[in-house]
Amino acid sequence: MDSAQAYGYMLYFVSLMTMGGIYAIMCLGLNIQWGFTGLFNAGIAGFFAIGAYVTAILTTAASTSHLGGYDLPVAIGLISAMAVTAVIAWLVGLLCIRLRSDYLAIATIGIGEIFRLILKNEIWATNGARGIAKIPLPFESLNEPWNKIGFMMLVLVIVTVFYFLIERARLAPWGRLMTAIRENEYSARAAGKNVERVRIEAFVCGSVLMGLAGGLMAHYIKFIGPGATEPLTTTFLVWVMLIAGGSGNNRGAILGAFLLWAIWSFTEVLTGRLPAELAVKAAYFRIFLIGLLLQIVLQRYAGGILPERRPSLNIKA
Amino acid sequence: MLTVDSISKSFGGLTAVNNCSFTIEAHSITGLIGPNGAGKTTIFNVIAGAMKPDTGGVQFQGRNITGQPAHKLFHLGIMRTFQIPQEFFAMTVLENLMVVPAAQSGENLFYALLSPGNVTVREKEVRDRAVDVLDFLRLTHVIDELAGNLSGGQKKLLELGRAMMADPDIILLDEPGAGVNPTLLGDLAEMIERLNKERHYTFCIIEHNMDMIARLCDPVIVMVEGAVLMQGDMNTVRADPRVLDAYLGGDVHGAPN
Repeated sequence: MDSAQAYGYMLYFVSLMTMGGIYAIMCLGLNIQWGFTGLFNAGIAGFFAIGAYVTAILTTAASTSHLGGYDLPVAIGLISAMAVTAVIAWLVGLLCIRLRSDYLAIATIGIGEIFRLILKNEIWATNGARGIAKIPLPFESLNEPWNKIGFMMLVLVIVTVFYFLIERARLAPWGRLMTAIRENEYSARAAGKNVERVRIEAFVCGSVLMGLAGGLMAHYIKFIGPGATEPLTTTFLVWVMLIAGGSGNNRGAILGAFLLWAIWSFTEVLTGRLPAELAVKAAYFRIFLIGLLLQIVLQRYAGGILPERRPSLNIKA
Repeated sequence: MLTVDSISKSFGGLTAVNNCSFTIEAHSITGLIGPNGAGKTTIFNVIAGAMKPDTGGVQFQGRNITGQPAHKLFHLGIMRTFQIPQEFFAMTVLENLMVVPAAQSGENLFYALLSPGNVTVREKEVRDRAVDVLDFLRLTHVIDELAGNLSGGQKKLLELGRAMMADPDIILLDEPGAGVNPTLLGDLAEMIERLNKERHYTFCIIEHNMDMIARLCDPVIVMVEGAVLMQGDMNTVRADPRVLDAYLGGDVHGAPN
């Protein structure tokens, strides 16, 4: 292996870790919603898209092709992405949090698609199908590969910080309350818990992380268009990651994200090397393989690779 | 303390509760008996806010609480248990109890994350209390077991445990004795008596075990077909031919026509 090849592998590894990290943030968000609280959010793509477009509009240089840009620092873009997602998730929550889990899934699919279609069709704001380009990558002034490594480190630090925060909240009365509502809402109500309010809180917390992941993805790819917010690569893949990794377990959520992203990415590389006539079919075969993998994991490990574990008496809160 | 005033509740064509009125005196252990389908559980559901009545109202400590949601009634001091145990299935027995108490600041996300001293202190308080309650219920050996794995009787005890965690003014117990073994049933009755005497909890108990009702309850309210048939101490109730009729389907006393 010559040094150019090694350098290529290193860059590939950096991209795996960066994308895996971004998915891990989404997985942690979905874990709060589904893993802890039992909310079936099937509109991940919508919140992801909102986060991505908000930071894109705020941080790009002024442009005639879309709203803004306002040339603001990346940090402000990402924080705004989270804030806007929070407000929208709260409004969505007020509307449909009373629905039972299967109906909530249907409602969120619809709402997620509405957001994506609005972003696709409000051309004055988002440049429609052509998307928003030249989104700044933080650490851009550094030379390659250090800019990419810097961004990877940023993503991994964010994953680590949120992991510790969410794990701490999970083991606190907050996490216990969320799971009590997941397990039995009647009993939770009889114990004085305001089920609707708590559900909205979980919905907002989880969606904020999806918005943040969308924002990070926009900065990483440096471009956001309708294609980047397809439900297949956001909603569907994140669900597979969480279920395979271990719903209700934060470490499982992160493991699932990195593992599934690695598989997703390897299979893309592999299919890219097949002869052209096979490669077209292989693209569909890939999705089939991911589904098959999920089946195998669910058959062998019902609770995912790292299943949920409840705290025992000996664990001090 | 608690007055049910002309409550009616129908489900489609079925009238579960029909113009039902009664009063539960403070510090009493009131029994609520009647044949299956008499509307006892529906009345509990209406009192505890799980259902809204079609007509009529509920007063609690001088306050009109009709139609208030269940979680608000909990904070006013009303705790109920369920006939079919409603445990938090995939949580441990200890957690099942620790969920219940009010005023847990750690349920607020920011306090949970910052975890200042008072959150930790409160958490320890809640845990110690839960450990005591489990000790009382002889469930200590399953403290870290998932509640869903318990036996039917143990789940009934856990229902009662949750009520004990709440420190309410009134506890509505829906068949606390069903499926609990006879030895434990005696302890259960004793515990209800103690909670009534020492902590001054008021109880309203739905139960089909007449020995338990006879031991604990005065007065006893008999419901039939959604309304109160009579009320009195257990001896009076037992002596009343209408009660036997209600349970055995009529025509027991006196010759058939």
